[in-house]
Amino acid sequence: MSDLTRMTAAQLAGLIAGGETSAVEVARAHLDRIAAVDDRVHAFLHVDAEGALEAARAVDARRAAGEELGPLAGVPVGVKDVVTTRGVPTTAGSKILEGWRPPYDATIVERLRAAGTVMLGKTNMDEFAMGSSTEYSAYGPTNNPWDLGRIPGGSGGGSAAALAAYEAPLTIGTDTGGSIRQPGAVTGTVGAKPTYGGTSRYGLIAFSSSLDTPGPCARTVEDAALLHAVIAGHDPRDSTSIPAPVPPVVEAARLGATGDLTGVKLGLVTQFAGEGAEPGVMAAFRDAVDALTKLGAEIVEVSCPNFEYALPAYYLIAPSECSSNLARFDGVRFGLRVGDDGAKSLEEVMSITRDAGFGPEVKRRIMLGTYALSSGYYDAYYGQAQKVRTLITRDFTAAFEQVDALISPTTPFVAFPFGARTSDPYQMYLADLYTIPTNLYGGPAISVPCGLSEGLPVGLQVMAPTMADDRMYRVASALESAVGTLTPPAL
Amino acid sequence: MSTTALPTYDDVVERYEPVIGLETHVELGTNTKMFCACPTGFGAEPNTQVCPVCLGLPGSLPVANRAAIEATIRIGLALNCSIAEWCRFARKNYFYPDMPKNFQTSQYDEPLCFDGWLDVEVDGEMVRIGIERVHLEEDTGKTLHVGGATGRIHGATESLVDYNRAGIPLVEIVTKPIPGTGAKAPVVARAYVTELRDVIRSLGVSDVRMEQGSLRCDVNTSLNLPGEDWGTRTETKNVNSLRSVERAVRSEILRQAAVLDSGGRIVQETRHFHEDTGDTTSGRSKETATDYRYFPEPDLVPIAPDPAWVAELKSALPELPRVHRTRLQERWGLTDLDMQSVVNAGAVELIEETVAAGATPAGARKWWLGELARRANETGVELAAVGATPAHVAELQRLVDEGKLNDKLARTVLEGVVAGEGTPSEIMAARGLEVVSDTGALTAAVDEAIAANPAIADKVRDGKVAAAGALVGAVMKTTRGQADAKTVRELILARLGVQG
Repeated sequence: MSDLTRMTAAQLAGLIAGGETSAVEVARAHLDRIAAVDDRVHAFLHVDAEGALEAARAVDARRAAGEELGPLAGVPVGVKDVVTTRGVPTTAGSKILEGWRPPYDATIVERLRAAGTVMLGKTNMDEFAMGSSTEYSAYGPTNNPWDLGRIPGGSGGGSAAALAAYEAPLTIGTDTGGSIRQPGAVTGTVGAKPTYGGTSRYGLIAFSSSLDTPGPCARTVEDAALLHAVIAGHDPRDSTSIPAPVPPVVEAARLGATGDLTGVKLGLVTQFAGEGAEPGVMAAFRDAVDALTKLGAEIVEVSCPNFEYALPAYYLIAPSECSSNLARFDGVRFGLRVGDDGAKSLEEVMSITRDAGFGPEVKRRIMLGTYALSSGYYDAYYGQAQKVRTLITRDFTAAFEQVDALISPTTPFVAFPFGARTSDPYQMYLADLYTIPTNLYGGPAISVPCGLSEGLPVGLQVMAPTMADDRMYRVASALESAVGTLTPPAL
Repeated sequence: MSTTALPTYDDVVERYEPVIGLETHVELGTNTKMFCACPTGFGAEPNTQVCPVCLGLPGSLPVANRAAIEATIRIGLALNCSIAEWCRFARKNYFYPDMPKNFQTSQYDEPLCFDGWLDVEVDGEMVRIGIERVHLEEDTGKTLHVGGATGRIHGATESLVDYNRAGIPLVEIVTKPIPGTGAKAPVVARAYVTELRDVIRSLGVSDVRMEQGSLRCDVNTSLNLPGEDWGTRTETKNVNSLRSVERAVRSEILRQAAVLDSGGRIVQETRHFHEDTGDTTSGRSKETATDYRYFPEPDLVPIAPDPAWVAELKSALPELPRVHRTRLQERWGLTDLDMQSVVNAGAVELIEETVAAGATPAGARKWWLGELARRANETGVELAAVGATPAHVAELQRLVDEGKLNDKLARTVLEGVVAGEGTPSEIMAARGLEVVSDTGALTAAVDEAIAANPAIADKVRDGKVAAAGALVGAVMKTTRGQADAKTVRELILARLGVQG
């Protein structure tokens, strides 16, 4: 049998269901691959080999007993370390949660288990999902399999790199400002941010509650859709979860794979016309637009005038919410506690713990958010940012009256070398320039590989109206059928 | 420094005008917590009624309790409030270990209910108390500071936190400032909290027990000279009984007056009321006000109560206590003054329940307002907490009506009830307090008394019936008061062949 780690999730599920291989063999192959390459890639923070094999054996037993298996039964999956997994360490990439084993599974993890997927372990990320390179992981960065000296994107760099390194066929990411899509783009993989509320946040360690969205990462659009269908759907434990059926994403991905986009109208955002983007990225994007035209799509330009305020608005809203969400990490009930020598006051111990446990980017955002919410500044910062958010939503609504979906490069630049953007936070923040508006609006968006620039992957983003997640899968799948998937150099 | 006599209360309220305001917290009696499905029962082992949500574990999310929202709307309606058509929860951010998330999910500028009033009767006059807002929030856990002398955090060697209470739905009811009540300010404050408690109890949404903390009250007080702007206010916490509400206002009026009289200024601060001394002491200063950085709770969707549902809740409100009391007064046949004394004593429901348990209104009222009220006053507890229940009192009265106890014996039995010795019947039996109604035993005592007092017996036989009193006294003495005087008298007269 050819290398199991090179197969898509759909292929693996088919082989397991057909008895051509077992879930245990598939799990072993991936665990072996992790053992072989992860010291160079560092996509995983924790590998749960025992748990994975146990889950795989259970799938094999169910198959042997003649039970009907779900579409992803036996397929390995990596889970971003910001999602709680019962009994399995969950750190959110932070020292402050080192060693914490949650007593409960996130809803999406419950759904992954119920579907018979096999969890390999927890993937690396920027601390608390704040960053675009994994350089802010407290446990060291993940290296991009395309070039180990470059960043894999962030915050979900571990989830993306695990795919590109063939350590896992599927991974879970979370997207607050682009943390699924930008890593997908720079690693040549597929990353989808569902509609906010389409996937449950219960068990997702909150960074910015009104923006955080868990979603699927895969090497193909169809695989992403299959994973999307497993984790999505209403969850009564998340008040912001949408009580509506999951859009038909898998069907849409298969429809798109036929390569026909006749009658589909796509919008190019005037404000994303390439200012600040690398020429190679824009060239690959333009080629992809030509490919989409050849597939029958009609391309028009759409102006979204408020998108230029998206980045500043995001950097008020997300830090504000984070300053409150991260208050609970105080050393009292769980995780790290430093300085509790019996001589210090509770307040001192909390302060010392937080100082020791949080990294520089997290501290920066807590301070930004604390300031923005302060009495006397609230209206000027948080209040104003919320108004911008409303205007951006209006831009999207108006755009979707003209077109079925919007397209753009996913991120202005290809994977950059480590250290290139850490000295100036703003340079790092620009990585999310094209992805952030969608988070503020709440709609779905997907990044799909569209070509190379200087030998490094470039991603194209498809943005769709809220709860029209199927639309983006169709377009992304069609593009994939035209340009193919990208294969990184051997490690 | 010369010592000047402290001003008297009458003197102070003559010169200064107090303005009061009350913030009352009511723990709702819902089966489950505000944002999770944990039970809310009082008195469970520490940290047994907790889950990832109310412990604020990373990743957990709140889901609002519909029953708590309904109860809050009903409270708002009973307090004549407007109900918001659309409002949000807000996060109140501050660090404290009894708050698992280090923010409290509360409401800020969008309360669920606002702009209402509550009419309160004080000395036969109605005072309308404006209600600023009624909002819904979650309670905090409880911190126990061990090792210090005071039980407060300072000096403690260890602090233990119980999160059972964390997340229990809490309704905060805030009055508008209440000026113009003058010397009556403390009584008005007490009457308001009493009336509020009765209203909430009548809704059946909380057991509103101050001693268990399901009703908690913060009292704001300020003084100003007539014609001048309102003064700086202080907020007195730890006011744990109706009596304390009154005492706290009075004490704070006196303290502020003394400060102002000596040329000082009032510091805006939190003060703690001390039940034992009746004084308040300074807590945390609010001059460097904590910035709570309120913002709308992004984890919860807005509350938008359907107007039809609100209308339905409004039409289903129970009779309010004031109306109910008027009806009781008629049924019990009390004058306004008598009814007022019942209300003032906090005895309305106790008497109502005692009557329901079989006593006559007059009998019930006699015990609650007499012996038991005196006792409660002496020991400084609420009447309801005096140790006797309506069932006890009804039983006691029945024993009296059946002739098994006379008034004096009944008082002795009641003492036993209050002391926790058991039910009136049990105490009567255990202490052998029953009226001696066994005619055999009484006849012997009567014969003995006649034999010991032949001269008096002769007088009675000669028709001087009044002289029988001395014989009755003698019999009562030998039976140690356990005989029914009327029966004894009848027996004596019969024995001596005289018609009563």
